[in-house]
This record gives sequence, C-alpha cells and structure tokens, in this order.
Amino acid sequence: MIPVENYIGLSAILFTIGAMGVLTRRNAIVIFMSVELMLNSANLLFIAFAQVYQEVGGHVFVFFVMAVAAAEVAVGLALIVAIFRSRGTINIDDLHHLKG
Amino acid sequence: MDGNLITFYILALVAIGAALGLLFSKNSVYAALFLILNFATVAVYYLTLGAPFIAMAQVTVYAGAIMVLFLFVIMLLGTEKLAGEDTLIWQKPFAWLLAILLIGVGMYQIALRGVTDAMIHTFPGGDFGSPASIGMILFNQYLLPFEVTSILLLVAMVGAIVLTKGESKKAQK
Repeated sequence: MIPVENYIGLSAILFTIGAMGVLTRRNAIVIFMSVELMLNSANLLFIAFAQVYQEVGGHVFVFFVMAVAAAEVAVGLALIVAIFRSRGTINIDDLHHLKG
Repeated sequence: MDGNLITFYILALVAIGAALGLLFSKNSVYAALFLILNFATVAVYYLTLGAPFIAMAQVTVYAGAIMVLFLFVIMLLGTEKLAGEDTLIWQKPFAWLLAILLIGVGMYQIALRGVTDAMIHTFPGGDFGSPASIGMILFNQYLLPFEVTSILLLVAMVGAIVLTKGESKKAQK
C-alpha cells in the first residue's frame, strides 16, 4: 500500500523538469521532448487516481492523451523539418523572423 | 518499509534521473534515449498500478513509435550537437527561479492537505484495467470521443504530409 501523495509528488517533480526543459533548452526537438515528459507525468497521475477511485475512465483518458500526443508529434516534427529546410537551423533563438 | 514502497522509490530514482538526463544532456540523441528510459520506467509504474493495457500502449506508442520518429528527425536533420550559447543572459537563472517556485507551490499544496487516507493498492490483480474492461467502456460510454480522435489522427497525418511536401512540388514545375 502506497499513499497517493507519493505519486502526486513524483508527477510534480517530472512535470517541473519538463517545464525546465521547455524554458532553458534551445534545441526545438529537445523542447518537444520536454513537452512529452510533461504529458507523461500527467498520465501517471491519471492512472494513479484511476486506481484510487477504481474508475476505468482514467485509463480511457490516458489512451486519448496518447493519441493526441502522437498527432501532435507528427505535425510538430513536420513543422520542424519544414523550418529547418527554409532557415537551416532549429535553434529557437535564431528563429525570430516574426519580430518587427 | 515494505517492498512496494522500496520498489516505488527505486523506480522514482530511475525516472527522475532519466528526466534530469534529458534536461542536461548536450547531445539530443542522448536526450531522446534518456526519455525512452523515462517512458519505460513509467510503463512499469502503470503495471504496478494495475493498468497492463496502458503500460503496453505506453511501450509501443510512446517509447516505440513516437521516440523512433524523434530519433529519425534528429538524425535526418543532423542537429545532434546544437551549439547552446545563450543569447539572453538572464533567461536561465529566471527559468530556475520559476521552476523552484512551481515545485515549491506543488509540494506546499501536498503538505498543506496533509496525509489523506487514499492508499494505492499495488498489483491489484482482477479484471480492473484489463483490455476487455477498457474496451467495454471505450466503445460504449466514450464512443464519440474515440471517433473524433480517429478524425484528429487523420487530419494530423494529412497535415504532416502537406507540411513536408512543399519542396518537391516546386521542383516538378
């Protein structure tokens, strides 16, 4: 028997590390992977609470999050490839062409 | 301390270590491999929480399909070692401050609520979370979201093809 607070704490730590990755890394692909880490920490919490309340709906929700993440990755990586073709870089500090 | 709690802490150590590896590794291929380790560890958590179907979906979809796509794009673009010089000098300390605030608020909230009596029974066994039980609820109660997700995946697929197609069309003209 494990208190549910352990899972909340672990999920919060993983989410914060993912947020740190988004804020500090300059490589667009690594930023993307950090977003995946954040999604994954939320999924862990869904499963933990599904077990607490004995509710399969949490599992279904994680299933949907996975499908949306797969769609997001497909479009996002296509965008990154398109940007790399036209600009020659995926360093987000060099991509400031919208700045007036 | 019982065995379940020891298992939890060992897995937590691996998961957090892999996440930190993603955060600090200079080479983005290593970052992707650390993320795969993190996903595998979370899949083991799902198994201990009585969600075998989600655990297998995690391994095949996340650690399998999605991360292979990431590694493929990293190697296709050849951006393994992107020079990481900071153009904004104040950005990194500010990001650390915000992250410490975020984790601080989270931990404070957990501490504030006190220990609830919600205990998780690991390795529950039984029918809960089996593919059959998830399939029953997915195709009855959540049928409409399921179909909408299929359309979303189709749109994403078409979008990805359109986004990356541009160059070859110009070449044909």
